[in-house]
Amino acid sequence: MKTRNVLSVFVLLSLSFSAMAETAPVPEDKVATLRLAPIDIEPTPPAMQKVINSDVKQVRNYPMQPPIIPHRIDGYQIDLKVNKCMQCHARNSTGHSQAPMVSVTHYMDRENNFLASLSPRRYYCTQCHVSQLDAKLLVENDFVDVKELMKNPAKTEH
Amino acid sequence: MSMNRREFMKANAAIAAAGVAGMALPASASNLITSSEQTKLEWNKAPCRFCGTGCSVIVATRDGKVVATHGDAKSEVNKGLNCVKGYFLSKIMYGRDRLQTPMLRMTDGKYDKNGEFTPVSWDTAFDTMAEKWKKTIKAKGPTAVGMFGSGQWTVWEGYAAVKLMKAGFGSNNIDPNARHCMASAVGGFMRTFGIDEPMGCYDDMEAADAFVLWGSNMAEMHPILWTRVTDRRLSAPHVKVAVLSTFQHRSFDLADLPIVFTPQTDLAMLNFIANYIIQNDKVDKDFISKHVNFRKGETDIGYGLRASHPLQKKAKNVSTAGDSTPIDFEEFKKFVADYDVESVSKLSGVPEHKLIELAELYADPKKKVTSFWTMGFNQHTRGVWCNNLIYNIHLLVGKISTPGNSPFSLTGQPSACGTAREVGTFSHRLPADMEVNNPKHRKIAEDIWNIPEGIIPPKPGYHAVEQNRRLKDGDLNCYWVQVNNNMQAAANMNEEGLPGYRNPDNFIVVSDAYPTVTTQAGDLILPSAMWVEKEGAYGNAERRTQFWHQMVQAPGESMSDLWQLMEFSKRFTTDEVWSKEVLAANPEYKGKTLFEVLFQNGNVEKFPLSDADPKFMNNEAKHFGFYVQKGLFEEYAQFGRGHGHDLADFDRYHEEHGLRWPVVDGKETKWRYREGADPYVKAGKGFEFYGKPDGKAIIFALPYEPAPEVPDEEFDIWLSTGRVLEHWHSGSMTQRVPELYKAFPDAVCFMHPDDAKKRGLRRGDEVKVISRRGEIKTRVETRGRNKPPIGLVFVPWFDASQLINKVTLDATDPLSKQTDFKKCAVKIVKA
Repeated sequence: MKTRNVLSVFVLLSLSFSAMAETAPVPEDKVATLRLAPIDIEPTPPAMQKVINSDVKQVRNYPMQPPIIPHRIDGYQIDLKVNKCMQCHARNSTGHSQAPMVSVTHYMDRENNFLASLSPRRYYCTQCHVSQLDAKLLVENDFVDVKELMKNPAKTEH
Repeated sequence: MSMNRREFMKANAAIAAAGVAGMALPASASNLITSSEQTKLEWNKAPCRFCGTGCSVIVATRDGKVVATHGDAKSEVNKGLNCVKGYFLSKIMYGRDRLQTPMLRMTDGKYDKNGEFTPVSWDTAFDTMAEKWKKTIKAKGPTAVGMFGSGQWTVWEGYAAVKLMKAGFGSNNIDPNARHCMASAVGGFMRTFGIDEPMGCYDDMEAADAFVLWGSNMAEMHPILWTRVTDRRLSAPHVKVAVLSTFQHRSFDLADLPIVFTPQTDLAMLNFIANYIIQNDKVDKDFISKHVNFRKGETDIGYGLRASHPLQKKAKNVSTAGDSTPIDFEEFKKFVADYDVESVSKLSGVPEHKLIELAELYADPKKKVTSFWTMGFNQHTRGVWCNNLIYNIHLLVGKISTPGNSPFSLTGQPSACGTAREVGTFSHRLPADMEVNNPKHRKIAEDIWNIPEGIIPPKPGYHAVEQNRRLKDGDLNCYWVQVNNNMQAAANMNEEGLPGYRNPDNFIVVSDAYPTVTTQAGDLILPSAMWVEKEGAYGNAERRTQFWHQMVQAPGESMSDLWQLMEFSKRFTTDEVWSKEVLAANPEYKGKTLFEVLFQNGNVEKFPLSDADPKFMNNEAKHFGFYVQKGLFEEYAQFGRGHGHDLADFDRYHEEHGLRWPVVDGKETKWRYREGADPYVKAGKGFEFYGKPDGKAIIFALPYEPAPEVPDEEFDIWLSTGRVLEHWHSGSMTQRVPELYKAFPDAVCFMHPDDAKKRGLRRGDEVKVISRRGEIKTRVETRGRNKPPIGLVFVPWFDASQLINKVTLDATDPLSKQTDFKKCAVKIVKA
């Protein structure tokens, strides 16, 4: 069960691109980082992970990023009858829920006119907002927060 | 880290106090940087890298890195919105394992099919490739070399690839993975209308009174189009939404009319609707008398399996599968009369009242109806038929080409339309819907390309599925895969794909930005630049062509697919690849490199480097010394201008947020085939389906025929495969974005709780999904977003560690050659 995760950490360390630059050959079963197994072998799938339910806000990568949902939403109904998310996140609900209000953009139509209530184009929350499972990453991501770049103004463009 | 709000405020108070006291704090100690010099970001537009919707995004760069993206408010498509994948575009290029150098399988410093992947220079990579290509072409001719691309190629990359294969190597063995995705849609369009791609556009969504989804889970696969359908449905309460699928999914959340049907019976339901319209006298007689012909198609056409397969041997009309004979309305009426509500209800498992309610949406002359479909129709062994049959319905009631009345085929890839279809990267195609087996079309292409007559072979090459079979059989020996992950994507991996790639006679080259399962199965890996690391163009599902500039540099030695194709062409001379006869008749081509013939042909090199906007990078233009992208595009545009596929001038696309072709007199076309909306329709015609010589579309009489493999006693349950919202295709980009990965890290087997119980399974149990061809290990999900009926399971294919295409069947539509990934028989057992 844990073989895949342990393996992935090990190989990530040895296969980071500095290793590649040193012209180290990579065996066939180590090349596909998301698999790390021979193609004709069936790896054991990791156990199903739990949804992170901490209610702790995660810092956004940039201001326009839809925030991650820091709680479980199993069984939440969002259909023609009900939008469960808005029971806490709608403007008038935030008083009792103390949940963050959905962004003001969610009250705007296609032409940026403000509506009296949630814009129907934003009705299905899960198209943009997702909760997170406590899964171990297979590959790290080296995206750099612009805040870091601002600290090093010496670096010039292009 | 775990400071609460009060502690956080207290800590910050120190900084504030220092500020008030006039103490000089270093800039870094201030909690906010506001200087415009430091906070400025460079913003530019680009289409999204993922699906065929073609949302426009605005990309922020800073210090050579993409730092943010958001929906383009000026784009008609998405008006500022993105789906969760689109919002995380900023991170897709920054997976830590980006390929940095070419890597060749080697042992002791030499190429070895079973060696380890060893970093090599581009020169070594191309030398090795060229040697293999030359040897193979010499020994076996051009049919032994091939290429597999995708609807993710930029327009000019696909165009350069077609030129290299068809005009350079003289081989039609080039196909895109759009074959797995859109081929049936193409087949349907060509057969009914004689010209590819939808007549309508996305504006239909704000005008329709009813939407019918036929095998399309737009809520997950085309989320931004779904926001437009949702917007319409919820803001105009008279609007109705019907959702049809073989299992319940997220799109059902908006359904007024939810319909789960038995796999393959969509054919019968479509004919029932046609029958209902006729029986209830709802046919638009004037429309069909002026604009429609009737034909009866060949039946019993097989399942596109290998000729040795028993089902293929049993089928009577394999060789004449595409034939049809003219009939009249009365004969058509008689043909569909068998599809009455009782028998179709029994066959499909859909209650009669639902079938009637569905048929009424089309029959009611007051309702404007838009039909959407994607893989449910296209990935179907009768996919072209499904496409023909939905057009039948829209044509019978004349609900077509007017706002809101729209049979609309959606696409899965960002440039399935723009590149695969319009450029014609298929084994049987040339640009602008032309085909290699038509001598006039070949002549047009050879003239525009400025190559001698007889270079483009008349016989179509190997299509996607055939390529894997021919690799296995040893008929196709040199093979180059770009911008896709076909080992993971193609059906029946164990019996076809994997033995094909690993056949010792074959040399497999895979260009990608990331290491994938396909690279793992390959012999040479080439690192590719992706998305805004190069200048590009995509064409979306509503005929909208969109451009973007190069904004950042790709890591390491990564190069764009365009650069790779063009550089590779330098290693061949005409003498090595063209026949002696052709060269004898055209001595001026002797001794020239393919680069000279294809890319210095008087067209492609026409625009100087100085035409390129100096504000942006352009590695290819700089490297080759001319504005490559513009030259390729303008040459390509010659094929379509004046022939119903008009594209605007190159430079204009860099200014616009996309334009829908045909662009005539500078104006885009929203609805084709209707007078007043489409400049190609002659005055007084009303409607004109000008893809056909007499301007009439065709209604086809085509029956229900069963699926090739249905559940039996041993393999007792249907398997459908597909995607999930958070991952795009094989997950090679989205699985490397932490937020998307953690939203849906591993594939699961979605299953009805009763089916689980019957097999002694509970949610989370490890199971094997087994077919006659292979098996995978996964886990049972009985409570997830997909709710299959009893007798069907759904397994997504994004997960590289759960290769569900070991299990699937490589049966294809005999007309389109597209695989049915939605139906095969499996058993589920506890692992």
